[in-house]
Amino acid sequence: MPTSLRMKELSGTAVPVRGDDIDTDRIIPARHLRSITFDGLERFVFDDDRKEAGGAGKAGGARGVHPFDDERYRGATVLVVNRNFGCGSSREHAPQAIHRWGIQVIVGESFSDIFFGNSAVIGLPCVTASPSDIEALLTAVEKVPSTPVTVDLDALACVHGSVRFELTMPRNIRDAFLSGAWDTTGMLLDRFDEVRDVAARLPYVSGFTQR
Amino acid sequence: MGQTLLQKVWDLHTVRTLPTGQTQLFIGLHLVHEVTTPQAFDELRARGWKVAFPNRTFATVDHIVPTRHRQRPFLDVMAEDMMSALERNCREYGVPLWNLGDANQGIVHVIGPELGLTQPGLTIACGDSHTSTHGAFGAIAFGIGTSQVRDVLATQCLAMEALKVRRVRVTGVLPRGVYAKDVILAIIRRLGVRGGVGYAYEYAGNTIERMSMDERMTICNMSIEGGARVGYVNPDETTFRYLDGRTFAPQGEAFARARQWWSSLASDPDAIYDDDIEINAEELTPVVTWGTNPGQAIGVGESIPTPEQTPEADRAGTAEALEYMGFRAGQQMAGTKIDVAFIGSCTNARLSDLREAARIVRGRHVAPHVKALVVPGSAGVRAAAEREGLHQIFRAAGFDWREAGCSMCLGMNPDKLEGREICASSSNRNFKGRQGSATGRTLLMSPAMVAAAAVAGEVIDVREIA
Repeated sequence: MPTSLRMKELSGTAVPVRGDDIDTDRIIPARHLRSITFDGLERFVFDDDRKEAGGAGKAGGARGVHPFDDERYRGATVLVVNRNFGCGSSREHAPQAIHRWGIQVIVGESFSDIFFGNSAVIGLPCVTASPSDIEALLTAVEKVPSTPVTVDLDALACVHGSVRFELTMPRNIRDAFLSGAWDTTGMLLDRFDEVRDVAARLPYVSGFTQR
Repeated sequence: MGQTLLQKVWDLHTVRTLPTGQTQLFIGLHLVHEVTTPQAFDELRARGWKVAFPNRTFATVDHIVPTRHRQRPFLDVMAEDMMSALERNCREYGVPLWNLGDANQGIVHVIGPELGLTQPGLTIACGDSHTSTHGAFGAIAFGIGTSQVRDVLATQCLAMEALKVRRVRVTGVLPRGVYAKDVILAIIRRLGVRGGVGYAYEYAGNTIERMSMDERMTICNMSIEGGARVGYVNPDETTFRYLDGRTFAPQGEAFARARQWWSSLASDPDAIYDDDIEINAEELTPVVTWGTNPGQAIGVGESIPTPEQTPEADRAGTAEALEYMGFRAGQQMAGTKIDVAFIGSCTNARLSDLREAARIVRGRHVAPHVKALVVPGSAGVRAAAEREGLHQIFRAAGFDWREAGCSMCLGMNPDKLEGREICASSSNRNFKGRQGSATGRTLLMSPAMVAAAAVAGEVIDVREIA
């Protein structure tokens, strides 16, 4: 695997987006899926939530503005979220929009299965931590947006200021990021003979013609 | 030790354990549509890959297609681009496409079963989270993202993590006016919208066993709304009868052999489950959602909970949902005025859904302030409904009778809510902005309840009028 695909330590500032069950319709409303490329999706990440926060001056960061519009979080590379982030639709546009905005790792209490997989396959690790550690991280970056945050996938630890807490991530996925093997297609094409063997032994592939 | 259907099907489709520790899983059926695939085909082209098994992928158009004016080119230039891209990709890679105007066009999760493509024992993937629908046949079916669509096209395989299995046993006779939709909404309410993360749900028990395939599809469809990427029902006589004679189902002697294989895949009586729960169907009433996720639901005669009545961890979400919806804790959903009534979507737009809705609106009329539309799930459903005269019943009652597509379920075609409109909807998601207006409001319920709400102009208990 090329070294460029390997990920071990990700550092930067963090942007907090509070709330449980933030679904992919909120991350990227369906009208922005009307495109044959992923280019430019970052402009529309959290589009409706950002407009709501800006318009009504609520449901957002400390100053009545959505964190993704808050200048203090410009350039953030770590996204901090609560529970079941990315539930709903399987649209890969959701992690694509977040990734293209500049986020390199998401730290949260939990993620939906499909969002987690879609993120992994595009090289965007999602790591989980306990509610109290997440709350402390959210509070820290809300108070001091310039707080440096480091996510160490090897040690499975997150450091912000003088605080260090444990992260969890399925071992397989973590190893894939560490070794740079998260780009799946090549791996699946390797030993393609075995794929043909499986196809040959499945009765429906041959239309149940063999006794 | 016995095995579940999930374990059996998983093992049969396992190619190998990948260096990452994930399973390389062979995909028996791949369904594609216009929205989540253009980038996948582009990558294939860029990397010089072919479609590995072109006869195991089938395409249709559903998400962006208008349901009223279908002339090409579409007025929406971006939608037109997506249509052209799919047509070009299918032509170039030899993938069959059921396009607008074809008798088999429709919502991908409606046509798969209808054509007999969906069969027990298959692994099925599609770039759409409601792929869980196909689990009704005893298939292991799940939604994937665009990069995984690329993987399936190029390799007919996916790199997957193993799933746990929770058996959800539903027992007893469903009371009058209570449908499969109410059962799944009740399951999600009980287990929560994240209760199924990491799980496949096996729906079992005599209530499920008595259900038709249409009803089982409604249940499995919304598994993902409970966090479970996969939901399935063990195949049985109902499954086999449904499949017999369908276009892509095995025929004659092959069908007999298939049936034997399908039967062998059902979970063994002594299978071990990671979790097991039971729901008493006889206690259920028609369900309506009041919030912004499908778990925020109550029986039509109940009151919306106060944040204090919900578990501590859900209080903030309850308060936020109440604020968005403009509802008060303690109020009942019955009596809530609606603006739009939508009967459609991969959850509830099959023939039996339309029959039940038509039975309720027959001889009645949609309330003057309500916009009402019926969008059949497929061209096949539409034609069958018209043969029975259902379109005339709906039209006479003041409903729009549309062409097949995803329509107002998801707000990426011309069918959308406007402003703060409230929609009684037979679809699957009541997320903020889901139906195309950033401030629009969705009340999920059964098609019969939508029909009743359309007529009354407000949410009512369908049992009061039918």
